[in-house]
Amino acid sequence: MSLLEVKDLKVRVEEREILHGLTLTVNPGEVHAIMGPNGSGKSTLSHVIAGKPGYEVTDGQILFRGEDLLEMDPDERAAKGVFLAFQYPVEIPGVATMNFLRTALNAQRKARGESEFSTPDFLKKVREVAKSLNIPQDMLKRGVNVGFSGGEKKRNEILQMALFEPAVCILDEMDSGLDIDALRIAADGVNALRSPDRAMVVITHYQRLLNYIVPDFVHVMSKGRVVKSGGKDLALELEASGYTQFEDAA
Amino acid sequence: MPAVQETVERVKRIDVDQYRYGFETLIESDKAPKGLSEDTVRFISAKKSEPAWMLEWRLEAYRRWLTMTEPTWARVNYPKIDYQDIYYYAAPKPKKTLSSIDEIDPEILKTYEKLGIPLREVAILEGVEPPPGGEPSANRKIAVDAVFDSVSVATTFQKELKAAGVIFMPISEAIREHPELVKKYLGSVVPTSDNYFATLNSAVFSDGSFVYVPPGVRCPMELSTYFRINERNTGQFERTLIIADKGSYVSYLEGCTAPQRDENQLHAAVVELVALDDAEIKYSTVQNWYPGNSEGLGGIYNFVTKRGDCRGNHSKISWTQVETGSAITWKYPSCILRGDNSRGEFYSIAISNGHQQVDSGTKMLHLGKNTSSRIISKGIAAGVSQNTYRGLVTAHRKATGARNYTACDSLLIGDKCGAHTVPYVEAKNSSATFEHEATTSKISEDVLFYCTQRGLSQEEAVGLVVNGFVKDVLQQLPMEFAVEAQKLISISLEGSVG
Repeated sequence: MSLLEVKDLKVRVEEREILHGLTLTVNPGEVHAIMGPNGSGKSTLSHVIAGKPGYEVTDGQILFRGEDLLEMDPDERAAKGVFLAFQYPVEIPGVATMNFLRTALNAQRKARGESEFSTPDFLKKVREVAKSLNIPQDMLKRGVNVGFSGGEKKRNEILQMALFEPAVCILDEMDSGLDIDALRIAADGVNALRSPDRAMVVITHYQRLLNYIVPDFVHVMSKGRVVKSGGKDLALELEASGYTQFEDAA
Repeated sequence: MPAVQETVERVKRIDVDQYRYGFETLIESDKAPKGLSEDTVRFISAKKSEPAWMLEWRLEAYRRWLTMTEPTWARVNYPKIDYQDIYYYAAPKPKKTLSSIDEIDPEILKTYEKLGIPLREVAILEGVEPPPGGEPSANRKIAVDAVFDSVSVATTFQKELKAAGVIFMPISEAIREHPELVKKYLGSVVPTSDNYFATLNSAVFSDGSFVYVPPGVRCPMELSTYFRINERNTGQFERTLIIADKGSYVSYLEGCTAPQRDENQLHAAVVELVALDDAEIKYSTVQNWYPGNSEGLGGIYNFVTKRGDCRGNHSKISWTQVETGSAITWKYPSCILRGDNSRGEFYSIAISNGHQQVDSGTKMLHLGKNTSSRIISKGIAAGVSQNTYRGLVTAHRKATGARNYTACDSLLIGDKCGAHTVPYVEAKNSSATFEHEATTSKISEDVLFYCTQRGLSQEEAVGLVVNGFVKDVLQQLPMEFAVEAQKLISISLEGSVG
């Protein structure tokens, strides 16, 4: 059974169809890159998989380990192991990052019928992960993403990914707004989480990110469909020739 | 964040009847005839075995009240109140003179148990649970002067307070036992002619608390009063007077819950605080009167006059309030900064949900030299409620070096509620420094989605965001109160999203 199966997915936002029958199959251990120009529906796909309100699925299916994901609330999907690293992580003033991490982690564990982490175990785990991502302790005491730089926000997303140990990670435009050093730290964090049990879907506009996170498969999206799939070389090909050819094809 | 988790569980337990405190105690009562007249005032005064001067004081207020009209400037709407259709006095019938708490009507004790109020001394000494992650509070003591339906039925810790020289008793007793103090201070901060509701209170107040802390004494425990409206159609007119003499300190906690009703109930309390030289008073309130049902019916009308007078130099008065209940809240705890170098503080969380209407804020009147004040107001509006902050900061022409900092933040949940900020600032002295900051924000769908994507339910997400928003003010409350208040906030906002 595949980990994540998107079958002939059609999605509308306010009467306008954004995805016109998209199909994608992701197996454990695989890293898929989804590339495409602005407005091709990449972010819509990531939002619908994670369950963001405001999208109407008119046709098709999303199965996660064979279960119908579309029947679940976003928090249930999270507890099942679906993680979305946001392009623009939100700020939550007055809520210390550490508190947020612990509340979220324990909510997920509880939903799965697992015991909650004790405070010392939790702190130990956070400190280890934070250190590997070069996240200073005082950042964890600040409000969630409040006053964080672009790089810090993205690292905070990867910190959560590492803590929650999801089965499938969707990275939405992780490279946007990052300089090359910040990008390398973030990519290293992601690569450290690659495992035979875990799959990743890396959504990006540019080939650059894929130099750091090397995918097994590359899919090109245009106008709400996957128009071409291939291996990692497809990304390089795109870099040379651009998206225009696919827009015509679609 | 264990407290949030606990809150969520508690909220889940409340299924059909959202208002947990909506029960009624069956006790015989002793009511004044319906309506308001000189006879009503005389009846109340006689019930309290008051001296003649007190009756005169009340009657003067009553005559004054007849000449006044109800204020209409607040941003609240309610049907006209028929003041002749209200009972002004109800008391549980005294069966006999009580010498210990064990003699209190078990029905009354049961009521307090349901409210989780630690009335018995044992409960007070041992029952207060340390908040999760907080400092152990087993050694902290709270004295409760329980006001049940207008009459104080139990007073605890009297002996220890007596040893410290602190007077903490029902004001009806203080009128008889300490007339010189009451005569000197009652009405000296909120005069009988102050405003429509305060004047009404002056005429018909039934009971309340009286505190006097002698010079140089730090009150050995937090003083606490729980109010409870119980008789149908009985207005509650509590009167509280707290005097901190030179160099003394007292912290006073007030908490309210009320049973569910269909009819509106009038509540017009008056609280007066007096701080002499170098004295400090900290007054904390958690207000949870019945807010009315989901259609906006019933609920308490809460017209309160609270004012503190920093009468002495270097005195300090701090108000902290968490307002979650009432159909209508009309309340402006204020500070008169009369003494040089005196300081006033106002920390407020005002939450409105359903059809609630809140018009609340503060007044900081700078009269003395080098006086300072700080206002931190957090308004949260949900449902179809209206939430107004109304604040006045003034500097008298002789108030050189007056300083004020005001921060008013509003949080909107949903798109059918309203938040309004109405600040008034008047500086008649050019050396005054007044700062005002205001923000309005919304719990956006993006924030909720972010939180739910990380595994939190909608309710947990709202609770988390709200707790973050009010954190600065919650920190001002004594620990036990802060935990209680945090729970209350989440319960008040139940069902406000999704």
